[in-house]
Amino acid sequence: MESFQAMLHMGGYGGYVWSAYGVGIAVLALVLVLSLTSARKAEAELDVLQQARRARRGKDLGGTDSESQE
Amino acid sequence: MHRFANPARFLRLAKVILPWSNAIAVLCLGSGLYFALFGSPADYQQGESVRIMYVHVPSAWMGMFCYTAMAVFSAMALIWKHPLADLLAKATAPVGAAFTFLCLLTGSLWGKPMWGTWWAWDARLTSMLILLFLYLGYMALVNAFDDPERGHKAAAILALVGAVNVPVIKWSVDWWNTLHQPASVVKMGGPAIDSSMLVPLLLMAVGFKAYWISILILRGRAEIAGQKIRVIRMAQIHAASQGE
Repeated sequence: MESFQAMLHMGGYGGYVWSAYGVGIAVLALVLVLSLTSARKAEAELDVLQQARRARRGKDLGGTDSESQE
Repeated sequence: MHRFANPARFLRLAKVILPWSNAIAVLCLGSGLYFALFGSPADYQQGESVRIMYVHVPSAWMGMFCYTAMAVFSAMALIWKHPLADLLAKATAPVGAAFTFLCLLTGSLWGKPMWGTWWAWDARLTSMLILLFLYLGYMALVNAFDDPERGHKAAAILALVGAVNVPVIKWSVDWWNTLHQPASVVKMGGPAIDSSMLVPLLLMAVGFKAYWISILILRGRAEIAGQKIRVIRMAQIHAASQGE
């Protein structure tokens, strides 16, 4: 417990050191989460659109799915 | 080079690279954090506050590295009309902005106990603040047009003009009197820093680079999907207007 206290204290600079690391991790995590959700969202939307288009094409061509190699 | 311009090729390459960049980022940042916080000595002058360096310095390198990458991608986009270069420049901007912000913030948190002030209007700090504004300006401009092509072009020009700031940041501590200390790692004659401090610094730097590659891939994928969505929607509108 002694050393845990010392670690938090950081020789009197605890507030500065831990805020630097805390904000660092928070900012990088935020950018990661935003990038991940934007990629997933865009790819899911594209999937829906492409499937709808494929289904329509398939119907137009009487069931032969010529777009499947896309 | 145009072999890599194909989005399908990029997506295939991205799929191979992403697990590696993720793994390298986790390993380097994990071990880097351990050495930065526990496995390295306190400084004989600065005490434990020196641990801020392991976030601050690699963040500053990343701020400049990402801007350089953004300027190179922008040049490729303007000169060779490389279709992926615009997307990669756009994908790099938020990462560079995040690291530049972190550099300024951690610098402030380090400056208060060491220099006695959160901020000083000296050359290094001011040129770094300008870098942050350049990133924010780029991000605002690239999204400011209805036609993404125009946004990319305007933002690419801003990125290239702003690139003059990067060498100014690098040598600002040599050209002007400043509170900020001069370079101790990237300099002539090798690093003037003990290996116990160099190891966590380099681990963090490599980890940040790998993080950038992962984010670049994720944002690149989002941009490519977004472009395809736009094309399909345009075709739908076109078809609907012809069907009337």
